[in-house]
Amino acid sequence: MTKPKIADLLNEPGCEHNHKKEKGKNKACTQQAKPGAAQGGCAFDGASIALVPITDAAHLVHGPIACAGNSWGSRGSLSSGATTYKMGFTTDISENDIVFGGEKRLYKAIAQVIKRYHPPAVFVYSTCVTALIGDDLDAVCEAATKKFATPIIPVNSPGFVGSKNLGNRLAGESLLDYVVGTAEPEYTTPYDINLIGEYNIAGELWGVLPLFEKVGIRVLSKITGDATFEEIRYAHRAKLNVMICSKALINMGRKMEERYGIPYIEESFYGVEDMNRCLRNIAQKIGDEALKQRVETVIAEEIAKLDIALAPYRARLKDKKMVLYTGGVKSWSVMSAAQDLGMKVVATSTKKSTEEDKAKIKKLLGKDGIQLAKGNAQEILRVIKKTQADMLVAGGRNQYTALKARIPFLDINQERHNPYAGYVGLIEMAKEFDRALHSPIWQQVRQPAPWETEESQELEVLKDTPSDIRSQKLEARS
Amino acid sequence: MTTVTKSKKSVAVNPLKQSPPLGAALAFLGLKGIVPLFHGSQGCTAFAKVLLVRHFREAIPLATTAMTEVSTILGGEDNIEQAILTLVEKAQPDLIGLLTTGLTETRGDDMNGILKSIRQRHPELDSLPIIFVSTPDYKGALQDGFAAAVQSIVSTDYGTPVETFQFNSLPQVTILAGSQLSPGDVEEIKEIVETFGLKPLMIPDLSGSVDGHLDDDYNSKTPGGTSLEQLQQLDRSLFTIAIGESMRPAAEILQQRFGTEYEVIPRLAGLAPVDSFIWQLAQIIDAQTDPRFLGSPQIPARYKRQRRQLQDAILDTHFYLGGKKISLALEPDLLYQTIWLLKDMGAEIQAAVTTTKSPLLKELAIDNVTIGDLEDLEDLAVGSDLIITNSQGKGLADKLNIPLYRMGYPIYDRLGNGSRCLVGYRGTMQFLFDLGNIFIELGH
Repeated sequence: MTKPKIADLLNEPGCEHNHKKEKGKNKACTQQAKPGAAQGGCAFDGASIALVPITDAAHLVHGPIACAGNSWGSRGSLSSGATTYKMGFTTDISENDIVFGGEKRLYKAIAQVIKRYHPPAVFVYSTCVTALIGDDLDAVCEAATKKFATPIIPVNSPGFVGSKNLGNRLAGESLLDYVVGTAEPEYTTPYDINLIGEYNIAGELWGVLPLFEKVGIRVLSKITGDATFEEIRYAHRAKLNVMICSKALINMGRKMEERYGIPYIEESFYGVEDMNRCLRNIAQKIGDEALKQRVETVIAEEIAKLDIALAPYRARLKDKKMVLYTGGVKSWSVMSAAQDLGMKVVATSTKKSTEEDKAKIKKLLGKDGIQLAKGNAQEILRVIKKTQADMLVAGGRNQYTALKARIPFLDINQERHNPYAGYVGLIEMAKEFDRALHSPIWQQVRQPAPWETEESQELEVLKDTPSDIRSQKLEARS
Repeated sequence: MTTVTKSKKSVAVNPLKQSPPLGAALAFLGLKGIVPLFHGSQGCTAFAKVLLVRHFREAIPLATTAMTEVSTILGGEDNIEQAILTLVEKAQPDLIGLLTTGLTETRGDDMNGILKSIRQRHPELDSLPIIFVSTPDYKGALQDGFAAAVQSIVSTDYGTPVETFQFNSLPQVTILAGSQLSPGDVEEIKEIVETFGLKPLMIPDLSGSVDGHLDDDYNSKTPGGTSLEQLQQLDRSLFTIAIGESMRPAAEILQQRFGTEYEVIPRLAGLAPVDSFIWQLAQIIDAQTDPRFLGSPQIPARYKRQRRQLQDAILDTHFYLGGKKISLALEPDLLYQTIWLLKDMGAEIQAAVTTTKSPLLKELAIDNVTIGDLEDLEDLAVGSDLIITNSQGKGLADKLNIPLYRMGYPIYDRLGNGSRCLVGYRGTMQFLFDLGNIFIELGH
C-alpha cells in the first residue's frame, strides 16, 4: 500500500469528516492513536471486520500468530450458507521467515488452503511484520491467482497504518480493485440495490431482507454480511448503493458512482423513523409509483403491527434515561430508535461523528443533552452519575464499565447477540431494554452486606473505644 | 518416550495457539495495581484484550504504545515514554509490565537502552518498577510468553521493603503458578498452603484480579493479585514450589538470586501428584519445627478427608472413563497434566496436539504428539469418544459429532472461568465428575 493511496483514503471526499472548514480538519479520520490511552483496534482489525463476513471465501492472514491466533472465529457475522469464513487461516510466520522473507511460505499456504478447502476466493491480509520485512503481497497473490485459477485477493492493511476505520476503507479498495465488476449476474431488474457496510451481526440482515422482498426491491449484493464471493463480483450492476453504517465503506459508494454511475444514499435500519425513511428513499431513487405505493402500504402495516407489539414495552420504558456511547452513525440512529420507545437519551458520544452526524444528534438530543466528545470509562461513569441515567447502551468494550458499577447495560456493537435492525429489531430492542432495566438483580448487587451498612461501620469504628465511652456514644446516637 | 512431530504445513488452519505477548500480559495481570503495556500497534493490545475479556467476562486493563508505520521506522522510544507517562497520570499504577510484540522485535528497538534513557529523563518514575519482557509474536505460544514474564517478574529489583517488624510472621513459600492454572486453581493452591500455616507468595496470583468479583470502585489497573510489597519480600521465602515445567527457569533464577531451594511439580491433578504436593508442604513445615519434637509431619484433617473423597470419586467414575478414547489439544503443561490424569483413570489417549516445544512432550503417555493446529486435531480425533480443547474446538467437535470438554484459552461459551478449579483433591474430583457426567448423558 503506497503512502499516497492511504492519504487519499484518509481524505475521502465522500466522508463528512473532510467537509469541515475550520483548522484541524479531518481530525476523526487522520487522528493518531495516543500511546498509553488508545483502546481501539488497528487497520487489520478493520479490514477483517469488513471482509470476513464473506462466507464462502477463505481469509488467510500473513503474519505472526498474534493477528489471527488471538482473533479468529470471534466475529459476530452470521451466515445462511457456507461456514468457511469462520475458519482461521494464517501463515503463522517464524523467525526464519522474518530473516529470509515470508513470500514462499505464503505461496505454499495459499496452495494448501486451495487444495483442501476449494474456496471460490482467498483474501490474503498483510500485517505489520510482513509489511515491515517487505513481503510483496500483490506479486504473490498475482502469481497464485494464475497458478490456481482462483481469485487470490491482496488486502494491504497492516495494523500500523492506522485505525479500524482506515482498515474498513482499505478492505473496500481491495473489493473495488479485485472483485467488483469481475462477473455478471444471471439477470437484472430495475429494482436492484446493494447494501454496503451491513455485516449481518447477530443476523440483523434477516430482519430487513423480508421487507425489501415484500415491497419488490431486490438486494443484488450484500457487502458484506452473509454474502457469497460471487454476488460481490457483480455488484456493479445494481441501480443504487445503500450505505448502512455509512462511513465505514464510504469510498466504495463514491468510487462505484464514479466508475459505474451508481448513485448512493446513506441510511440506517434502527428505529421506525429511520427504517421508514430508508424504504422511502430507496423507492424515491429507483422506484415507480407502484413501488412507492407498496412501500407506503408495507410501512403502514408494519407500524400498525409494531404499535400493538410495542405497547406494553412503551409503558414500561417511558421516560427511562440512557447514556449512549458508540461510534459515528449509531450515535444518532440508535437514539431515534430509543425515542420511538419513549426513552430519553441524556448523553451520547460524538467522538467519531461527522458534522452531519453532530447536527442530527443535536436535533435529537435537545438542549439539555450532553455530547461526549471523548470518553474513557471514568468519564462515562461520571456522566451516568450526573444525569442519573438508568442504563448504559454501548459497545462490548464498555460492558464491564457498566456492570462493575452495577448499572444496567445493553451491547449495541459488533459483539452483540441480538438483532436490532428493522421493525422486528425494534421489538427485540424493546425486550432487551425491558429485561435489562427491570431485572430483579440490580437491587441485589447494590445491596450492602449487613456488616457494610453505615450503622455497622460506625460500630466498627467504635470497636476499640473503652466500653463506657462507647455506650455513651451509642446512646447519644439513638 | 513420545515422538514429537512438528506439522509440516505452511499454513495454520484454525490455530490452537495464542501469542506469547498475550501470555505475558496474562501473567502480569496476576500482580496488583499493574497495567500491562504492549509495545506494538494498537491491534496487538485490542485482540489480546478482547480475547481475555471474553474468557474472563471481566474488564481487563491493557495498554498500548500505539506504534504507527512512521514511529516503527524511527524507533519506539517516544511512544514508550508517552505511554508510560500517560498511564502514570491516568491510572497511577504501582507497576508497569512492558512487553514487546512481533512488530517492535522485528524492527529491533533497543529496549534496555530506551528504558534507561527514559529513566534518566524522568527521575519521578524512580519508585515505579517497570517489569520488562521480550515476547516476539513469532516465537512460541501463550505458555512461553507467560513463563518469560514470570522470569522477568522474579528477576526485577523492587527495592527494599519499608521495614516492618513482625512478630510471629508465618514462614513464607514462593509458589510459581504456571499458565495452566486458572484463577480458581490458584485460589485452591493458596488455600492449601495457608491451611498448613504457611504464607504463600504467588507469582502470579490471578485469583485476586480476574477471579470475577465485584469491587467498590472502577479500576483502570488490576484490583488484586500479588502486591509490590509482597514482591519486595521475594528473598524471604524458605522454598520455591514451581507448578508446571515451564516455571522451572523462574525457580532457577530465584535460586541463583536468593539461594532459595526449589521443587518443580509438573502437574497438580490426580491422586499421586496432589499427594506429593501435600507431602512437600508437610516437609517444609517439618523442617521448621524444633527437631526435639520430631514426629511424623502433620497433615491437616481436611486434606486427609478430601483424599479419601477423591479415592471414592475415582472408584465411582472409573466405570465411565475406563477405555474411553480421548483426543486433546492443549498447551504443553496442561496437556501433560490432563493426559496423565486420564491415563491414571484407564482412559486411552487417541491423539494429542500442542502449541509449542517443552521437555514434557517426550514424557507423555502416548506414542506421538503433534505441534500443530486444530485442523491436525480434526484429522487425528476421528472416532474418539471425547475431545478436550478450548472453545475454538466447537466447530470440529460438532463436525465429528464428538462431545467437547473445554480447557485452556479461550473459553467463550462457558460461564465461570474465573472460579473453576480442576487441581488439588477437590479439583481433580470436579474434573472426573465433569467427564463422567458427559459420558452418562450420552448413555455410554
